[in-house]
Amino acid sequence: MGVMGRWAAAALAAAVGGAAALPALAQNEQFIPMLSYRTGAYAPNGIPFANGMGDYYRMINARDGGINGVKIVFEECETGYATDKGVECYERLKAKGPTGAAFFNPLSTGITFALTEKAPVDKIPIITMGYGRSESRNGAVFTWNFPLLGTYWSAANIAMQHIAKEMGGLDNLKGKKIALVFHDSPYGKEPIPVLVEMAKRHGFEFIQLPVTHPGVEQKSQWLQIRQQRPDYVLLWGWGVMNSTSVKEAAAVNFPRDKMLGVWWSGAEPDVLPAGDQSKGYKALMLQHGSGKFPVHADVLKHAVGKDGSQSKPEDIGDVLYNRGLVNAMLGVEAIRTAMAKFGNKPLTGEQVRWGLENLNLTEERLKALGFEGALKPLKITCADHEGARSARVHQWDGAKWNVISDWYTSDDALIGPMVRDTSDKYAKEKNIAPRDCSKES
Amino acid sequence: MFYREAGQYKTSYRADMAVFPIAQDRLAVGAILVIAFFVLPFIGTEYFFSSIMVPTLILALAAIGLNILVGYCGQVSLGSGAFMAIGAYAAYNFAIRVPELPLLLVMLLGGGVSAMVGIVFGIPSLRIKGFYLAVATLAAQFFFDWLFARVGWFTNYTPSGAVFAPKLDIFGWTADKPVERYLLVLAIVSLFALLAKNLVRGHVGRQWMAIRDMDIAAEIIGIRPMYAKLTAFAVSSFIIGVAGVLWAFVHLGSWEPLAFNIDRSFQLLFAIIIGGLGSIAGCFLGAAFMWILPIFLDIALPPLGQLVGWTIDKATVAHFALMIFGALIVFFLIVEPHGLARLWSIAKEKLRLWPFPH
Repeated sequence: MGVMGRWAAAALAAAVGGAAALPALAQNEQFIPMLSYRTGAYAPNGIPFANGMGDYYRMINARDGGINGVKIVFEECETGYATDKGVECYERLKAKGPTGAAFFNPLSTGITFALTEKAPVDKIPIITMGYGRSESRNGAVFTWNFPLLGTYWSAANIAMQHIAKEMGGLDNLKGKKIALVFHDSPYGKEPIPVLVEMAKRHGFEFIQLPVTHPGVEQKSQWLQIRQQRPDYVLLWGWGVMNSTSVKEAAAVNFPRDKMLGVWWSGAEPDVLPAGDQSKGYKALMLQHGSGKFPVHADVLKHAVGKDGSQSKPEDIGDVLYNRGLVNAMLGVEAIRTAMAKFGNKPLTGEQVRWGLENLNLTEERLKALGFEGALKPLKITCADHEGARSARVHQWDGAKWNVISDWYTSDDALIGPMVRDTSDKYAKEKNIAPRDCSKES
Repeated sequence: MFYREAGQYKTSYRADMAVFPIAQDRLAVGAILVIAFFVLPFIGTEYFFSSIMVPTLILALAAIGLNILVGYCGQVSLGSGAFMAIGAYAAYNFAIRVPELPLLLVMLLGGGVSAMVGIVFGIPSLRIKGFYLAVATLAAQFFFDWLFARVGWFTNYTPSGAVFAPKLDIFGWTADKPVERYLLVLAIVSLFALLAKNLVRGHVGRQWMAIRDMDIAAEIIGIRPMYAKLTAFAVSSFIIGVAGVLWAFVHLGSWEPLAFNIDRSFQLLFAIIIGGLGSIAGCFLGAAFMWILPIFLDIALPPLGQLVGWTIDKATVAHFALMIFGALIVFFLIVEPHGLARLWSIAKEKLRLWPFPH
């Protein structure tokens, strides 16, 4: 009985403590959930991203007193990049705050797939900036998904455009060998249909080399690269997989400047562990790159080092930190857009969805927000939940990322029909009647 | 005093062979079922149903399947994740290729396919034992991980390899809300738990246990090892397969092979070791331990830290939760190597003597 008594007392203490620690939620607060990962194999990339997002929300609260006077309350939930943990976090956070969660940023393609099935039931939009399922760009079928700024199909197409340009035109791709080293998960497999289609059209050989989670074991894949000598290697990795790939490339002496990573494989944690070996490595940019843009001054002044912020001043301006800022900004602006229609009060997920679908960030607006030069104008519509499909390429010189290309825009004549076919198939299997976008306002 | 069977006379063979021969047990199980079916649905929150009860119950079902093989028949298996995956993908393919099939039949068919594969992968158990068999089942795990990730037919050629469950329609009733999903899972799990309980105390279960305790002796008294072992593999894979269908269709809704990787196999094996090998109740306790405790730690640690004036950030919480969870596993294994179910039966023994311990 003694042991049981103590256990019961401990459990009781925890329960009471839990109840006491819950802050009394004021009515004028917008709740934003934050799925993050600060532990596990993906932590090196998850930490700067989460820091960036949190700092932007803190900055908005400190500088402007919230969004149009509505304070942002956000809560982190550690997913460890695991799907079942992500779903648990979603269930835990979706009903918090006076109006429930405004939106979710799953930060994992696997979690995105799981939440895609749940979002329409709970009426909460899913923002997957630069990731998620590519066909969800079709807002007529995927009402609740917003793959803002670019999907993996756009990324694959842009990556091939850059490679073709280096080789002297799309015609020169004929007979070349392009290898894709990818994370063996929905994330890594997303670009394959586009690359297969482009290989057919342009006559290059496409080699697929899957790497199992978490990606620290890649010897055999790089041995195959040494044997087959591809002309270019595309890297679709995340977390420790990226830096391992760069190291393995060096080990088999594959030139790093013939490697092109997706925008999730082109940040400081991916190249720094490999040291000098990563010099020359290239990656796509999700529009923005590293370095500071005007908004950083406000973030440094109002958020960094303040209560709850875990970022260090020297990390401000890293690629993934900046991406966290951009992602948080898009969510905040969607809420602001929705407030223009529904009033300056905490909004429900359904209202924020309207804001996302009518998000229109012009050049002037971006300048006012302090994202000048980092982002191109973005306009979301019912038919197009992606908004923009442009990217550049940057290269690591051993100390920093340098932008080495002009803007590319993905070829919609290729991707548009693929999006339509795949989303139609999804709509048919799920019995979804696509919305008529000409009637949406 | 509270738990004493004195005065409960069994006047027929039927009463003597009841599933729960002691009146208090019958009452307790009945009360738990009544609470689970008629009280919880009215007081639970959405989060409670969809993130606590549904996954715990499904994991408990999978643990029952694995326990039949490991705890009752003594055949170690590390392939339970694969059998869950087989059930899930088989059911998915039945559902999209033959949309006319009712959902419950699809679930049973998923379990059936899993059972057949289980028999095939059980054949090596006729020649190899212990760790060597564990390695053979590990091969099943990796083979099916590979198969579902690589062969497009199983995922209906979706570009990313992630598939989604059909609508949960059962004779015109759709399990949409978390509480409906919970009731669906609860009904199926209770039914299978009852079946399993009956199976392990019948002649098949006795054969399994004879094989587990000493296979040569079992063979000498007339038990055919092939029949006993393969039925154990079949029944076990069937139940694990059904659990896989539930995990994919009811809990996740959309999944990829990673949902059933080696971690899932280990999770189930740990659940039955902690819960208690060779005990149906232990499966529920073990599954609850494996699923609910990490979530509880995750939620309870920050307020506990604040009580002593220490603000913990999320990363530290995650690290601490892992460490405490690991320490608790070691603690329970040292204090009670036979699992939580054994703790429960010790408690029953004590209650029987209370208040006059000797």
